[in-house]
Amino acid sequence: MHWLNVVAIVMMIGSGLQIYDASPLFGFVVPPLFTIGGWLGAGIAWHLAFMWLLLANGLAYLLWGFFSGHFRRKLLPVSPGAVLRDIAAALRFKLPHRQGVYNAVQRLLYIGVIFAGVVIVISGLGIWKPVQLWFFTDLCGGYFIARYVHFFAMASIAAFVVIHILLVLMVPKVLPPMITGGKILDTQP
Amino acid sequence: MKKLSLGRRKLLSRALALGALTALPACDYDDPSNPDLADKFLHMMSAFNDRVQQALFNPNTLAPTFSANQITNPPRFNAFYDISQAPVVDPATYKLELGGQIQERSPWTLAALRTLPQESQITRLICVEGWRVIGQWSGVRLSDFLRRVGADTTCKYVSFKCADGYYSSIDMESALHPQTILALDFLTAPLTPAFGAPVRLRIPTKLGFKNPKSIMQLAVGNVYTGGYWEDQGYNWFSGS
Repeated sequence: MHWLNVVAIVMMIGSGLQIYDASPLFGFVVPPLFTIGGWLGAGIAWHLAFMWLLLANGLAYLLWGFFSGHFRRKLLPVSPGAVLRDIAAALRFKLPHRQGVYNAVQRLLYIGVIFAGVVIVISGLGIWKPVQLWFFTDLCGGYFIARYVHFFAMASIAAFVVIHILLVLMVPKVLPPMITGGKILDTQP
Repeated sequence: MKKLSLGRRKLLSRALALGALTALPACDYDDPSNPDLADKFLHMMSAFNDRVQQALFNPNTLAPTFSANQITNPPRFNAFYDISQAPVVDPATYKLELGGQIQERSPWTLAALRTLPQESQITRLICVEGWRVIGQWSGVRLSDFLRRVGADTTCKYVSFKCADGYYSSIDMESALHPQTILALDFLTAPLTPAFGAPVRLRIPTKLGFKNPKSIMQLAVGNVYTGGYWEDQGYNWFSGS
């Protein structure tokens, strides 16, 4: 599920930046190195192909998170005080990594990225189908604003991915369980 | 140890799958006559998306309409050529040719089209590139026209050929949508050459490139005829 998500996110951001370049929202274009498809038609084709993987994987994750109690146990509670405390500890490099337990900053970031995931799907559907799925478009403030919402949701997820990868590099021991699913190594101290 | 090697095998297969997937986009989807593996995958997904959009299409859902002060004026030109190369069709001698599963196939002059009931709309045109403009188009409802000429509306496709070599086709359900019109006017004046004179399709339930300009031929049939951009990889249905 995690690695399917890696594929989906890489493909969606790469093809999405290709689409962005056809009509940039800001005063810059994305260099071809970071785009997928080579031209607008292929960028859209990749984007609309892999959105189903992102959607299916995301929905499966949300359903599992709710019904297995994973969200309730691992992501809650999260209080502003705990977040500030853990940020302070992290900045002094005194925040320990405890396998299987998320600290307050992690909880906040995971909740944030799940929210960004929901926003990116809703705004994406609103941009794709502003007539038939007009309620998603309206929810994002109309077609014009929905493109910005979609972009900033992407930027949030990209920022999360960067932090996520930096932290894995700082704490390399978390990588094997990410690859194996975690349970195998638990039996081998 | 056995468990761990299973993990390694899984890792290897996952890494291979990831590698295969990231290698695909190196192919550009740029040679429609010689599709490679990536192109075939994209074609398959695009056909799937056509079916999804057909299922999502509700003939009673109307595209949003806007007020006169929201109109983008001057409108934005877009084509596969520069604005100076837009075809100029003589409105006096113009005739819309009809073909395919249509009973009365005699060509229509502009004057004849103007005798039919006219429909006006202020709607948004969304380009596949992402930008949008709002405009006021008036003309003949395509559903009225198709019934008037005795078209077989059980057919799957309505196809268009244009003065500039452009061509496109749409599904019959979208063709019969009440906001789908053969536009003759923009802002109460006849269309200008760059914006589709003398007759263009205005279909606010689809992306801009599904609104062919300077239409010379209209045909109804069950054979898929694709389109200028569609044949290069744009999704065929491209509904909004």
